[in-house]
Parts: sequence; structure tokens; C-alpha cells
Amino acid sequence: NKVDYLEIYPVYTHAHGGSHSSGSGSTLLGYIGIDTIIEQMRKKTMKTGFDFNIMVVGHSGLGKSTLVNTLFKSQVSRKSAGWARDDKIPKTVDIKAVSHVLEEGGVKMKLTVVDTPGFGDQINNDNCWEPISKYINEQYEKFLKEEVNITRKKRIPDTRVHCCLYFISPTGHSLRQLDVEFMKRLSHSVNIIPVIAKADTMTIEERQDFKQRVRKELEMGGIEFYPQKEFDEDMEDKSDNDKIREAMPFAVVGSDKEYQVNGKRVLGRKTAWGIVEVENPNHCEFAQLRDFLIRSHLQDLKEVTHNIHYETYRAKRLNENGGLHPISSNDTQESNL
Amino acid sequence: MTSNIRYKSRIPVKTEENAEEKQYVGFATLPNQVHRKSVKKGFDFTLMVAGESGMGKSTLVNSLFLTDLYKDRKLLNAEERINQTVEIIKHTVDIEEKGVKLKLTIVDTPGFGDAVNNNECWKPITDYIDQQFEQYFRDESGLNRKNIQDNRVHCCLYFIPPFGHGLRPVDVEFMKALHEKVNIIPLIAKADCLTPNEIKKLKDRIREEIDKFGIKVYQFPECDSDEDEEFKQLDKELKECTPFAVIGSNTVVEARGQRVRGRLYPWGIVEVENQSHCDFVKLRNMLIRSHMHDLKDVTCDVHYENYRAQCIQEMTSKLAQDNRMESPIPILPLSTPDVETEKLIKMKDEELKRMQEMLNKMQQQMHDKDQ
Repeated sequence: NKVDYLEIYPVYTHAHGGSHSSGSGSTLLGYIGIDTIIEQMRKKTMKTGFDFNIMVVGHSGLGKSTLVNTLFKSQVSRKSAGWARDDKIPKTVDIKAVSHVLEEGGVKMKLTVVDTPGFGDQINNDNCWEPISKYINEQYEKFLKEEVNITRKKRIPDTRVHCCLYFISPTGHSLRQLDVEFMKRLSHSVNIIPVIAKADTMTIEERQDFKQRVRKELEMGGIEFYPQKEFDEDMEDKSDNDKIREAMPFAVVGSDKEYQVNGKRVLGRKTAWGIVEVENPNHCEFAQLRDFLIRSHLQDLKEVTHNIHYETYRAKRLNENGGLHPISSNDTQESNL
Repeated sequence: MTSNIRYKSRIPVKTEENAEEKQYVGFATLPNQVHRKSVKKGFDFTLMVAGESGMGKSTLVNSLFLTDLYKDRKLLNAEERINQTVEIIKHTVDIEEKGVKLKLTIVDTPGFGDAVNNNECWKPITDYIDQQFEQYFRDESGLNRKNIQDNRVHCCLYFIPPFGHGLRPVDVEFMKALHEKVNIIPLIAKADCLTPNEIKKLKDRIREEIDKFGIKVYQFPECDSDEDEEFKQLDKELKECTPFAVIGSNTVVEARGQRVRGRLYPWGIVEVENQSHCDFVKLRNMLIRSHMHDLKDVTCDVHYENYRAQCIQEMTSKLAQDNRMESPIPILPLSTPDVETEKLIKMKDEELKRMQEMLNKMQQQMHDKDQ
């Protein structure tokens, strides 16, 4: 790959494959050691740890808390944090965030689960997405304020929602109107990953049919769920992501109880007619969701949030009011944002 | 809102067989995911070299990166150099090694310290560094931040001549002008003209003077407490060895049955990569193999942030003087035209100029005719 840079004088560019010197006199091969920068970065990532914020949306009873607990193999949802199961359905959608620090293989993660109780539970659910949209934008605003500050923190605390799991009710028929309205409005400000909840109420065939219908409806509604086609960076990404997009929305089952199956302890749901194994790919697509969400696209979710959704928000804000007032850390005045 | 409970995965797993173990979630793969993205994107690094002519700067750069960046260079003689001012020349090279791509930019400063009167000869250099900060600041504050090019100088190797008795006034002034703008790594150049004792004395002297004059050279970060003893020992040795006494070479000689980079003298062969001959290997390891990332971080987190804070303070105080505190202060110039628009504007400007000239000519002709 040749790159040409023209400054005051012509400059010399060399394409190196391996580390051969292409100078006329020198034929000494050797190892410079540039690849070690990867190791330097890795050490840094391990030391600083990272944040990940996941939001769950869907009406009550779809197993949102259980699924999140199953994904992260820990009691991380709001309900497990000791908050009493609400007796009354809240009148408006609540936003409740709970954080935990998880550690695995030397990597520390501060996981924040944002729950949205009350979504879709009312008789009249008009605009029930507004508190959610407001929360997402508030996190962008918080980050923007930090970025614009005169003395900035070295690592700005990241509370922006990196991923929104949207739970589709396993009716077997089609998406509900609320599902379409929500996803349409929010897919441009946050990464939405739709999942089909409580998939064990459908047979494999029913699931496939339902999925096809849901995907068609998502397409017709112009809903770009994550991974969005327009953000595929290269052919490799595109082919990986195409496979995932074909298989979405994943039909999942969650559970935090263990049972003995064939001599192994597995997470599952015990029914009179058998045990549904959560991590068995023949039973449901939980393992696929987990691998996709955590093991391969975790970093990408954060990057798309930062480089695309956040930048969109920021550009919008900068265009309003003709600009932002730079805030100093000891400025007690309300900024005119 | 938050409750912080620490959960430790009971089994620290890395291998595939353990991947399906009960407690393994899988986010430990995050460093690998970051790795994949970084390898795809590649890295960049900007290194500045400063010092008088003939200190062996070009040779050292060639030795460090195994390239030949200066093969067509024409050296000027003393007369030609009389009216030369300090210039800034950039060379860019793409290097790939084991799949990792590095875009290396070397910023050269020919003319530094070469004149008779070297007053403020560092000014073009500090201006250049500030310009890069300013460019980055504008880009960062702009609307389209997707492809910001980072041209900020990550490190400056400063070459101290071995012939004197420590730092000269120009060395002190240069380093003081730059130590809060860039990571300075002072080097003793052409160290093969000194004996080991002389080198030791010179290093001690220089370290003393750096302290005395309050020069803030690049500090190696502290070792992690959980690093092994061997690493800590190496780190300690590295720190005690500064400033590094280096030798570079563009030629290959035969020494001890091997072909090595070196310099052939009647009394022996100096090997560049021999640790008992000079500190080249230490410099290379530190610069490339262990601290490249940290140099970039310090540039971003310290030097750039200082520049930015200062810039904003100046902007706000200037506007306060102009008595316009009521209106919101734009943190970015109201419109940052991109390269294309700038080009267009320039073209139009030139066209206008030409038309104006033609008009003037015609007017002149008509005037002459009338006469």
C-alpha cells in the first residue's frame, strides 16, 4: 500500500512487506517490533477496564430480567438487586439503572442494566417511548458536556446506552404496533437488538414462520436494527454481519436455575414434558445471542454508539444555538444549553 | 441508582474447552475484539528529531526503523547554509510487520542550531507543534469527526553533542521551550567518540543539569506492582540509563562472523545493536516496543489538553474583553470549511484576481490610447 504525502519537499514512501529495508545500500533484514503495540494496548485495556450499558425494553412478564441475568451469569438485573417486585404497574415508564462490576480473565467490566418498567403496560400506551428517548439523549448530553469542558477528565465516564434489547412478545402472529412505533423512532439514536422472548412457547416451525414475518415487517417499516447494513466497514464485516442479520431476531429463553441433563449441569426450565436447555442451540438461540452480543460484537456496539449515534446527537446540538458555551469546572452558572 | 457488587468469575478461562464452563460469560474476549479493530485500522506515530547538523539524526532514524528515508538528500555546504532558516520537513512511511500497519511520520528540523546567531531558532519548531494541536482542536470541535487525521507530534528526540561538558545554553533553552508541548527524549549523539567512563560522567552531568534547570523530559511510567521481578529490574536499568548514548549506522559490517549494522574503525568495529557498545537497543525497545502507546497517551492526555485548556481560556478572556459575554460562545469557528470548499474558494479568489488584473490592463490601454 503506497501512500503519498506532499509537504514542502517531496517525501519518500516505501511499501514494506515484512520489514525489509528498500534502501539501495542497506540490505539488513531485521525486526523492528511494531507489532508489540498491540500488546501495549491490550495491557492498557486490561488495566483500565471498560463500561458497558445495556437497556432492556418490553412489557412486563417477558423475562427481561431473567435473560440479562442469564447473559451475564450473575444477578445483575434490577429485581435481583433487592428491589421489591413492584405491586403496582407504574403510571409512566420508569427508568431504573443498576450497575455491577464483573471480572473475568483479568478484564474488568462495569455493567449497567437499564430497566424500563411500565413500558407497554398501560391501557393507553401513546408516547410511552418518550421517557426512554429522553433518557438516552440525556446520557449523550452528559457526555457532550464533559467533552466540551475546559479541563476534561482523562476517561469520561460513559453512561450512554450501547445496546437496547427489545423484547418481542411470542404471539406467533406478527409484531405489535407498539413494537413498530418504538423501534422506528429509536433505531436512529441507539443500537436496537430485537429478540423474541419466551421462545419455548413456540415449536421450531412456529418460530421460523414467526421470524420470517417479523423480519418482513421490520423491513417494511424501514427499521434498521443492529448490526446496521450501512455501517459495515468492509467485505469481511459485511459477510459476518449478513449471516447474523439473516438469523435475527434471535428466539431466546432465559433461566437462572440449573438442572442435571445427561450428567451435566445446565441452565434450563423444567417442565412436565422435558427440560428446556437454555444454552443448547437445538432448543433456542440464546447461545447465538450471547456469542454475538458479548463475544464478538461488544466492542463494535460501543464504537457504533460513540462514532455514529453520539456524533449524530452532537452535530444536532452544535447546529442549534450557534454553538456551545465552554464550561469551566468551577462555573456555577447555568449554561445556556 | 447504583449498587456495586464485585463478582469474580470462579474459573479464569482462556481456552476453548473451558469456554462452555458454567461461569464463563465471554467478555474477557474484549481485548481481542479491540485488537482486531486496531489491526484493521492501523496505527500512526509522529516522531520529531532535533539537533544540529551532523549529529547523526538521519542515520539513527534509518537504524531504528530499518528504512532508508534520506537516500536522495543533498547536503548543503556552509556557504549555502548562511541564509537558511530552520525548516520543518515531514517524511512519511508505511511500515507493516506481522500484520500490524504503522504510518510513521518523521518530522525533521534541518537548520536548527546551525546559524551563527541561533536566537529563538526553536520558534519554527514550537510553532509547528502548536499548529498541529490547533488543527486537531479545530477538527475535534468540528461537525465531521469521522476521519480526523492526527498529526500531533508524539515524541521529540533531541540530540546533544558528545563533544562538550554537558548541556549548552541552546540545549537548555530548546528543551525548556518544548517540554510542555511534546515528550522530549534527550539523546547523546555519536557516542562512539567517548569512552565508557566519559559517557557515564556526561550522563550524570546532563541529568544534574536537567534537574537544575527544571526541564521536564519524558518520564517513564511506573511499573505495575504485579509485574514480575525481571521486568521491574529491566525497567529500573532503563530509567538509570537516561539520557541514552546512541550510535547509528547505515552500513553493514562483518563482526564476529555475523553481518551487523556497525561502523568500521582501524581499532575495532562498533556494533549498533550491541548493548555494551551503546544504548541503541534500549532506545529502540523503549520507543517502539514498550512505550510507543504511552508516548501517544501522554501527548493526548497532557500536552494536548494543556494546549486546549489554554486556547479556550484565551478565547473566553478575549471575548470578555470585547464585552460580548451574553451571546453563547461558539467553541468552534462558525463554519470550518472542508478541504474541497477551501480549494474552491481559493480558485474563485484567483480567478477574481486575474479578472481584476485584466480589467486594470484594459483600462491602462484605453488610457494610453486616449493620450
